[in-house]
Amino acid sequence: MRRYLTEARLLLVGIPVLLWTVIPIYHLLLFALSPKEAGFQGNLWPDEPTLRNFKLVFEQKHHYLINFWHQMWNSIVIAVAVGVLTLFVATAAAFAISRLRVRGGRVIMNMALLTYFVPAAFLALPMYKAMGTYGLLNSQWALILAMVTVATPYAIWVLKQAADKLPLELDEAAIIDGATAPQLFRHIFVPLMTPSLMAVGTYALLLAWNEYLYAFLLLSRDVDTTLAVALGAFLSADDSPWELLMTAGFIYALPPAAIYYAFRRYMAADLTSGSVKS
Amino acid sequence: MASTLAATTDSAGIPVAAPAAARMASWQVWGVVLLLPYLLVFFVFVLYPVAYGFWLGHNPESYVELFEDPIFISSVVNTAIFLIVGINVKMAIALLLSGFFAIPRWWIRTLGLLFIIPWAVPSIPTILSLRFMLNPEWGVINQVIYRLTFEDGPNWLNDPTLGLTLAIAVHIWKSLPFWTLILLAGRLAISKEMYEAAAIDGASAPQRFFHITWPSMRQLYLTCTILSMFFTLGDFNSVYLLTGGGPADLTHVLATLGIRYIRLDRVDLAMASIIVALPLMLPLMVFMMRRLSR
Repeated sequence: MRRYLTEARLLLVGIPVLLWTVIPIYHLLLFALSPKEAGFQGNLWPDEPTLRNFKLVFEQKHHYLINFWHQMWNSIVIAVAVGVLTLFVATAAAFAISRLRVRGGRVIMNMALLTYFVPAAFLALPMYKAMGTYGLLNSQWALILAMVTVATPYAIWVLKQAADKLPLELDEAAIIDGATAPQLFRHIFVPLMTPSLMAVGTYALLLAWNEYLYAFLLLSRDVDTTLAVALGAFLSADDSPWELLMTAGFIYALPPAAIYYAFRRYMAADLTSGSVKS
Repeated sequence: MASTLAATTDSAGIPVAAPAAARMASWQVWGVVLLLPYLLVFFVFVLYPVAYGFWLGHNPESYVELFEDPIFISSVVNTAIFLIVGINVKMAIALLLSGFFAIPRWWIRTLGLLFIIPWAVPSIPTILSLRFMLNPEWGVINQVIYRLTFEDGPNWLNDPTLGLTLAIAVHIWKSLPFWTLILLAGRLAISKEMYEAAAIDGASAPQRFFHITWPSMRQLYLTCTILSMFFTLGDFNSVYLLTGGGPADLTHVLATLGIRYIRLDRVDLAMASIIVALPLMLPLMVFMMRRLSR
């Protein structure tokens, strides 16, 4: 009896948590599967679920969607580029600071941390103006470099925290053996750090894929923008085809969810361990 | 690996000191080389933009005009409400839920997997979905209200108070999973033995929380709260995508106000609206830098 009472009390928390989490996402899916007018009726499940909306989106059969595949491709290219570049910049910096103990490394770590604390929306405007003076506006490089800038501070910090945990004896042994820095990097650092590197790469990739503000500031031509900006453009129109917007949004939300679940093991362990320390 | 470790202890450092020193020097050179990419990113895309931003916001008259703009004043008030209510409600719920998700049950584990979705997926589709749910005419929420009460529901996003409240709710919906996950990790790091000992002493659940859980997690909770402040201050999406700052620009926060000024072609006011937030942020940023770089 007592046992059932405990379970009932847990369900009293669990059910509201489930509804709170799932309803907006379910609503999105419901719309995507509903025929054009049916979504407005507030049913729990469409009477005639259809994949017509997906077909319309995939075939780009609406003037808001004529660049759907192009923008999907832009999103992919930008996210992958940000993931790779962030990984490169942050790994090099974390290795230098943590393992090579380069002079001034601590100052640079602190600079990166301060950058990490600058609210993203506050850095966006000066970044936008600076990209203008660099002549990079409306180039996808602007968005890639901006997102690398936003992603690297946290990436460096996570990698440095993880690298600090590797035993010091490894480096001492490497010095005695006459290992060069690149050898140390290749044979000790990378193999031992692989899970953290995966986590950081995924983090940067998802950050770039999900980004809206920087994308909409830095890219304005339809053929250059990402899916996020394209979906945002629906907002300003009165005649928005909502069911197509929801469908395109659902498709856009799938890859990050899939990637997150695929890499969840790394993400949870590495991205949280650093902050737990303090 | 065993042989190299043995060599370290045997040689006692003296015979290899000179080559090791040379080695250290070469490590320093490599260290500088490897730091260059980040330094380049930092100077070109952080330092220069920030300096340029300060220069764009250097005119004192911009600040006079800013403080005379009623939209700016209401944005500051909104930002304060957004921060105080949003962060505290979110962190308190995250702390409670971290206890819930620490309970070993198969269905709670499964729920935990679903619970993370709002954080993992992009803001745009889910916020637009919410926005449509709140539509006064066709939205599912007002339809349910009508079916239950035969009265029309409120015009949710056309009321500044409701609009801001809902924007805060969206912010919580989106970021609650992340903080719950972090606090859960902190909770699981507490030694089980403490709880076992407390159970033997017959401690009640509130006693266990206040004497074991909270003292162990207080520092983490503070770190998370301040970090969350920086992120919340920069949360553009929750307001912009839900209300667009409306109605009548009354739900703007500092994160969206800058964009409004850019749209009005007033870069100086945009920069000024950010610079005025700095005296409040900088001490916290330095405090957190010291805290995290230990």
